[in-house]
Amino acid sequence: MKETAEHGAHAPDPMLALREKVEACMQCGTCTGSCANASAMDHTPRQLWRMVQLGLKDEIFNSKTFWLCSSCYYCTLRCPRGLPLTEAMGALKRLAVAEGRLHEKKSIRFYRAFLDNVRRYGRIREMDMMTRYFISLKNPITPVSFTPLGVKLMVKGKISVQMPDLFKAGKLDAIYRKVRELEAEA
Amino acid sequence: MKYFYYPGCSLEGTAQEYDASTRALMGALGVELLDMEDWTCCGASAGEATSYLLSMVLPARNLALAEKTGIEADMLIPCSACYLNLKKVDDHTGRDDRLLDRINRALGEEGLAYNKGIRPRHLLDILATEIGAERVAGKVERRLNGLRVAPYYGCQALRPYEEFDDPQFPTSMEPLIEALGAEVHPWGMGAKCCGAGLMTTKKPVAISRVGELLSAARGADCIVTVCPMCQMNLDSFQGKVSRSAGEDLGLSVLYLPQLMGIALGLSEQDLKLNLNFAYAKNLQQKISAIPLAPKPHTVGLKQGNSHQAPA
Repeated sequence: MKETAEHGAHAPDPMLALREKVEACMQCGTCTGSCANASAMDHTPRQLWRMVQLGLKDEIFNSKTFWLCSSCYYCTLRCPRGLPLTEAMGALKRLAVAEGRLHEKKSIRFYRAFLDNVRRYGRIREMDMMTRYFISLKNPITPVSFTPLGVKLMVKGKISVQMPDLFKAGKLDAIYRKVRELEAEA
Repeated sequence: MKYFYYPGCSLEGTAQEYDASTRALMGALGVELLDMEDWTCCGASAGEATSYLLSMVLPARNLALAEKTGIEADMLIPCSACYLNLKKVDDHTGRDDRLLDRINRALGEEGLAYNKGIRPRHLLDILATEIGAERVAGKVERRLNGLRVAPYYGCQALRPYEEFDDPQFPTSMEPLIEALGAEVHPWGMGAKCCGAGLMTTKKPVAISRVGELLSAARGADCIVTVCPMCQMNLDSFQGKVSRSAGEDLGLSVLYLPQLMGIALGLSEQDLKLNLNFAYAKNLQQKISAIPLAPKPHTVGLKQGNSHQAPA
């Protein structure tokens, strides 16, 4: 099994921890050749790992590459050096937010809306989550592009309008609070 | 045979038919599913993108709930993303004691503890390796002769953890499909990505992924899936995908338990086939033209509620 546990949480500098993860990359390009979404990326995965090795923060966080990773794990499976590349893509998403590099508003706000919904209700309420996500975008175009699907889903009874519990304590408040506390002490 | 059952959020909403058909199929195969009332979301891909620790604590909470019952059983998970998240906790905590301790400090808030006592398993793993094609074949009441089925495995049931199938050239669905009397559509795309969550955050990219899959599946009567995300991407955007490809790529997409359920003689209602977006008329007609023929040894057995899953 190639995936390694996260060291980033323990190391003083998460960017350095990430660098360690891909330090052994020899630039063979197997990751790029295996990536379903490489053609849509501004930098190929191989280039991205080089940028991480060189610590080129601006280039890394201006790139959309890691936001286009759909976590298919092909690169991780095929990397001849056995590097946890899909996890490294995930780590970059977290780092981008931590670094305040918020260009990818859609992705960041979607993840945020999703986890906030989980904290509130324990399970995803799709309608509630998507509504909050769309509101957070402050952009009418994205919701419109999802309207046909939303209507289809409602007709099938797969999603329904539920009154949001605005003033109730969240189902997972305690666990979320503790996680934040533990992260702060590391 | 019994398993803890972790449906995950999709199976309560957009993938209700996956939940219904999985329960119905398991009932018909004599497998008991143990529901955990208080289960919560596994964090999906949002967890990993936001907080590593939270992405471990959320799935661990569900494994801890199962441990608390004291029952010894594996956990059956139909959603590939949930499966991977639960599996990851098991894997990562195995190599990092400090992580296990941190997870348990968080779970302690709810009086729960995770001790790595439960093995998370994908539905397909259980169907292919525990139940097996032979047992399925023995239950078939409607042989799906002449039906060509493209098995679609997606990613996270197969990778990165090589548990029950080849992660690049998977075949575990083939004996099951053949056990139903159907034939496998050879297409080499079974393990390719559908675009997953990019359908929400990077739509045009995911639309191209789905287009590639649907055109490769041409010639098949349907695609079968084992993941609510794959199903949603493949069946809900066919109009848009066809428009962007400039040709009609419409094709029926069913969950594997739905197709198996049809062959086992379960009703459309039990399998919630009315909820699929892409269950084409021609396939429906083809299937309803096949007579329901109980095998000799099942004649006289109680019909009706025998396939209902236990509560």
